[in-house]
Amino acid sequence: MIVGLDMGGTNIDGVIIEDGNIINTIKKPTNRDDLFGSIWSTLKELLTGYDKTKIDRINLSTTVSTNAIVENKTSSVGMIIQSGPGIANDFLACGDENVFISGYVDHRGNVIEGLNLSEVKNAVKLFKKKNIDSFAVVTKFSTRNPENEIRIKEILENFSPITMGHTVSGKLSFPRRVYTSYLNSAVHSTFNDFAANIKKSMEIEGINALIFILKADGGTMNMNTAEEKPVETILSGPAASFMGITAMLPTDKDAILLDVGGTTTDIFFLADGVPLFEPLGIKIGKYNTLVRAIYSVSIGLGGDSSINIKNGKVKIGPKREGKPYAFGGPQPTPTDAMITLELIGYDHDYKKKAHESMSLLGKELNLSAEDMAKLVLETMGNMIKYKIDKLLEKINSQPVYTIKELLYGKKLEPKLINIIGGPAEVLTPILKDKFNLPCYYPENYHVANAVGAALARPTAEITMHVDTSKKTLSVPELEIYEKVDRNYSLNFAKERALRLIKESAISIGETKDEIDAEIIEENSFNMVRGFYTTGKDIRVKAQIKPGLIHQLGGDNNA
Amino acid sequence: MLKAKNRLGLVFFPAFDWAISPTHPEREERLLYTRDQLFEEGIEDIEGVEFFNPIVADEKDIERVHFCVPDVKSRVTQSHLISAGGAIKALQMILENKVDKSFALTRPPGHHAHRVVYGDRGFCIINIEAVMLERIRQEYGNLRVAIVDTDCHHGDGTQDIFWNDKDTLFISFHQDGRTLYPGTGSIDEFGGPGGYGYNINIPLPPGTGEDGFLYVLDNVVMPILDEYNPDIIINSAGQDNHYTDPITHMNFTAQGYAELNYRLNPHMAVLEGGYSIEGALPYVNLGIILAMAGLDYSNVHEPDYNKEKLRQSRDITEYVKKVCELVYSRWKNKDGLRLKDLGNATHIDRQRQIYYDTDGILENQVQNFKVCKKCSGINTIDSRNDKGYHIFAITIPRDACNSCVDEGHRLYKNTPNSFTNVYLQDRVNDEFYAK
Repeated sequence: MIVGLDMGGTNIDGVIIEDGNIINTIKKPTNRDDLFGSIWSTLKELLTGYDKTKIDRINLSTTVSTNAIVENKTSSVGMIIQSGPGIANDFLACGDENVFISGYVDHRGNVIEGLNLSEVKNAVKLFKKKNIDSFAVVTKFSTRNPENEIRIKEILENFSPITMGHTVSGKLSFPRRVYTSYLNSAVHSTFNDFAANIKKSMEIEGINALIFILKADGGTMNMNTAEEKPVETILSGPAASFMGITAMLPTDKDAILLDVGGTTTDIFFLADGVPLFEPLGIKIGKYNTLVRAIYSVSIGLGGDSSINIKNGKVKIGPKREGKPYAFGGPQPTPTDAMITLELIGYDHDYKKKAHESMSLLGKELNLSAEDMAKLVLETMGNMIKYKIDKLLEKINSQPVYTIKELLYGKKLEPKLINIIGGPAEVLTPILKDKFNLPCYYPENYHVANAVGAALARPTAEITMHVDTSKKTLSVPELEIYEKVDRNYSLNFAKERALRLIKESAISIGETKDEIDAEIIEENSFNMVRGFYTTGKDIRVKAQIKPGLIHQLGGDNNA
Repeated sequence: MLKAKNRLGLVFFPAFDWAISPTHPEREERLLYTRDQLFEEGIEDIEGVEFFNPIVADEKDIERVHFCVPDVKSRVTQSHLISAGGAIKALQMILENKVDKSFALTRPPGHHAHRVVYGDRGFCIINIEAVMLERIRQEYGNLRVAIVDTDCHHGDGTQDIFWNDKDTLFISFHQDGRTLYPGTGSIDEFGGPGGYGYNINIPLPPGTGEDGFLYVLDNVVMPILDEYNPDIIINSAGQDNHYTDPITHMNFTAQGYAELNYRLNPHMAVLEGGYSIEGALPYVNLGIILAMAGLDYSNVHEPDYNKEKLRQSRDITEYVKKVCELVYSRWKNKDGLRLKDLGNATHIDRQRQIYYDTDGILENQVQNFKVCKKCSGINTIDSRNDKGYHIFAITIPRDACNSCVDEGHRLYKNTPNSFTNVYLQDRVNDEFYAK
């Protein structure tokens, strides 16, 4: 038995899946002031009547870290930042105290100027004085050479947590590394308190299952990993929906995935069935991060979006002013349009109110209530189409760096649309018409996100860099920095990367024997100094892409 | 988050899968460390900095500028069409008001490519900026443009292409040709009869540093640009004046390049040469990008930067001053010089020997410029090389009068078949003929 729970801003959804079939579901409101309490009571209710000893794993998508960041309820963090020469560094001061220290490492990982220990000691004094005990240490190009970060951490030994920049990602982006490290330390205690509560309550209830936490990239990690890298737990909600759509409507084609809710529509894309990711990482609040995430764009358009007429044009959203008019809300909404056209069935009283709202709107445009309702749904379709066309244009002009990619690189050309959410069924024929593409929706869409959370598997990504003239190999994500032979080749690197990422998947909780690891980037550059080849600069990226523990049984599909 | 004062478009296309040969300076590795530095600095996240992919230039874009012998296909590879396409895209984005400024970081470079192309010289086959400019003029009308070539080598190819064009002011400052490839670029190379005075060379002594370059900029380049008042200023941005460059002998710095771009304030920059790929390019490119975006570049410098050690000698300062005085006075007196140097000639011949160092080809050519009162006049090139080609090429310029257009076509028709190839570039009708 697998249990999946997805905690959203409004609701917590839960499912139990056994042998690929959904055997129980639940939906409960989220109490933002007691997230743990909300989760726990939902879980208890979901499990009532089921044998708790048969639970193999609980997969949890939680907004604990996200909320702490968005609502500014994070711990104070002391930042030690070594920025070296380059862009002026003042915009990096994201901590509660920020100490910029001298010294620096260059792009090849050479230490150009060493640490000034007295600066670090003064920083420690300052943090103590201010009663700060969470830290992050980030140096420019620390992914290439983490020596300074490690030494500073040793000096800070007595404090916890300390996030070192090179451990959050192997990607190059010093500002993002600073922000990501800051956030990781800032949510550390919030998330760890939550984790401790979960573990304690499970023990009391006698549940002895593995717990996994969902990440924004559509994968999971075990609790231990999440406790160390709580920043990886942010913004996992869209990933849960995404995984839910893939579980209910599997495809290996280029596709558009939509989750249309009450307030917003989330848009995702598949390329040959593989999700598109954010190029560097997800943005939360004002912070760009290196947290790997599925590319998702949210627009303020949903079933409950308020409708206005402006300059003779129908304007839907981006705000939700309340419930649909039919249910006593203040403004007409797309849901009212659907009720009016009898596309969703409701009692006479509701229908009357919905009709009234469409008549009122229609008056401004000299349209009958029915025609008005049709126009609203048409407009909704047009808005989705317009946005997606823009996104596709942007995606298909992502920077490339080789002639091969520029001339022959893959362009995303969606062949179908998969859609979930309340208005999914109604929108299906409209989108089919607008995009001239087949459009599908599943029956069980209302628990898709919980199903997505339940069936998600561990994911990982690593960045390997080999410099054979310096004889170094590094994988920052795994804190591997070691010496290699001068003859190290791209093939060695690829094999090693695949081995390492599989080990990494097992360490974060993968149990399957066959792990689907792949190389996603590979480059080998001849390094020439003067007129002689001095070595090779090899770069390899490997990933375990999001996948399902198993397919959902046929009963659950449309 | 950082926000750029000027919206800056970057066409960053390092062509990681292309090299002239595995150990050639123009190889895959060239912009690798630049990419690392730019990405680590977080350039991608600066609000107002936007990345664009190159488009691929057409054969027709090349034929507007060059006479490729025997034809475009035999001389030009995809990498060149993309490099030129990158520059075209960068300028298009400005003219379509998508960005305020742009920088095309593409390779290979182009400023040593002349009008006639038998092969590769100075790592260049086609002239990236010229191909860009003529395509843009075709699409957006006849802009007045100033190209300021800040590469350490004389931009002899760009000079050749715009030699007779007063709507394209070409200013090149470079290490004195008597001490460096390609050897040209003296003060008296002043333009053809149609553009006399609009080709300006400022040869500088080896060892010139920040003070010297900025002196040239403040005392010659900026005053001339103010008077010329172009629609577009392009920095032909070679980065080999840098003190770490392996094939030149100057003392310029990343800080100096950034300051130069801040003061020059070009609409766009196009990468040319520069082969200190580890010690210079990452910092120079960062400096140029920040300066163009209107961001603080005061903290950009190389690992071993030492302002005092790189300061130019007093002799150099004095020498540079004198060069500047001479160049500026010639600019002010260009009409007088024209009368004195060209008199009332009806045709001007220009005889040259051109060596293609990369491909080992020797060319001898005579260019002939007609002096026309109504336009800049048709001109021809009679060229032969040591591989057996003997070609005749005719150009009808953009501003040609009717009689020059007719004369050009007549000349093409009547040119005998004793030449291996005959070409006609009709820039008025945007047509190209070959026989």
